[in-house]
Amino acid sequence: MSKRYWNQYQKEIADDRYFYERSCIRQSFFPGSEAAFLKILREELGKDIHDDVNQHTCTGIGYHSDVVPFETTMTVVARLFSLMTQAGYENYVPSCVTSFGVFTEIVETWKEQPALLEKTRKLLKETTGREFNIPKNIVHPSDIIYKFRFELRDRMKYRLVNRYTGKPLKVVEHIGCHYAKIFPKHGVGNAEFPYVLAGMIEAWGGEVIDYPERRHCCGFGFRQYLVQQNRGYSLANTQKKFESMQPYEPDFILTNCPGCSMFMDKWQYVIAEMENKTYDKDGYGIPVLTYEELAGLLLGYDPWTLGLQLHQVQSERLMDKIGIPYNKNEKFKGVSGKLLPYPEKPEHLKV
Amino acid sequence: MKSFGFSIAKPRSLEIDGESLERLHRLEEKEPSFKRCFNCGGCTATCSAGQFTDFNIRRVHNLYRWGRYQELGEELRKCMLCGKCTLVCPRGVNLRHLIVSMRELLNEL
Repeated sequence: MSKRYWNQYQKEIADDRYFYERSCIRQSFFPGSEAAFLKILREELGKDIHDDVNQHTCTGIGYHSDVVPFETTMTVVARLFSLMTQAGYENYVPSCVTSFGVFTEIVETWKEQPALLEKTRKLLKETTGREFNIPKNIVHPSDIIYKFRFELRDRMKYRLVNRYTGKPLKVVEHIGCHYAKIFPKHGVGNAEFPYVLAGMIEAWGGEVIDYPERRHCCGFGFRQYLVQQNRGYSLANTQKKFESMQPYEPDFILTNCPGCSMFMDKWQYVIAEMENKTYDKDGYGIPVLTYEELAGLLLGYDPWTLGLQLHQVQSERLMDKIGIPYNKNEKFKGVSGKLLPYPEKPEHLKV
Repeated sequence: MKSFGFSIAKPRSLEIDGESLERLHRLEEKEPSFKRCFNCGGCTATCSAGQFTDFNIRRVHNLYRWGRYQELGEELRKCMLCGKCTLVCPRGVNLRHLIVSMRELLNEL
């Protein structure tokens, strides 16, 4: 029997009573994911999770782009912790992998340099009059879904199995760099054997593809793509991954980071329009799902409520393979019940 | 093709595994002082041809070491063989003879 190295690297994941912090960009690009996560935790798992209306950015994008100084980031993060303290929670759950990296970095910094913690407490008190406790447990939402993956499996209507062939679906998992590459001890399976998404895929019936560029960055970075002229380097990273995974013919890509989901989805359109190249044999591209969308789909949630129609690469063919029903006529129906305008079709990427 | 204001950057990694080092060894036999070069770029800084064209002797060295002979032929034609590079080289590399030797070896291609 092969040795399961990831088992050696486990982290503590709180059982209940979470304080949720939303991502800056996920609401725009994957608008159903966070709502699905809250629904899964509350309705499927019966957990207490607080979604605070006064929350704000962690400054992650500005911090990693060198436009926000570390002291400012620490104070802004301290305000978020003060909201958690005020609400009476101790387990902090940031939706975004960048935020997760920022929080773990700051808490580790405060452990090493207590003077900075005192300075941050002073700055927050002076500017807002607020006080805060450091969270007892900081976990990413994918950690929580991973922890309860078997409980969720028992409630799922569908499995990651191709209903036409009976074989497991082939899945590429991509984990955000800031999840475990900054502080490996804070990631399930460490940085070398990350298992957080692979665990979900295996538990839900799929097969994980181990391709050569599996641990390569998606190319998102921050300062790497902010200047338009530099975006070609960012895009080259993503292309390298696509070319590496293409021979394995993945059915879809599963990610846990907002930036990775966005780039791996949208860059497929850009590469198709630039070079008339797509990475599935039929010209539709490889669908990119967040772990909440995948869990929601398998639990039987409506794919259009999950927001799958707002992805660049469309997911109907994947849903057909799994056997998930969907109503084509309601794909672009707004909450008011009226049909929204259909998006413009790309020239080369089929939708 | 749609314009996005940027293109896909090509990889800059060098694949020298497939190149034969024979021609490099022959150059080192012809001009043994080449082994002493430590890529300081003094030759490039003083090069007269380099003041007026994009000729770069250090680049020439690297192209030869990497086996990119096709690009090298173009480059070598730009050298005027004035020898100022040989005068300034801190490692005493006979650069003029090196360039002449490279031309000879490339002509054997």
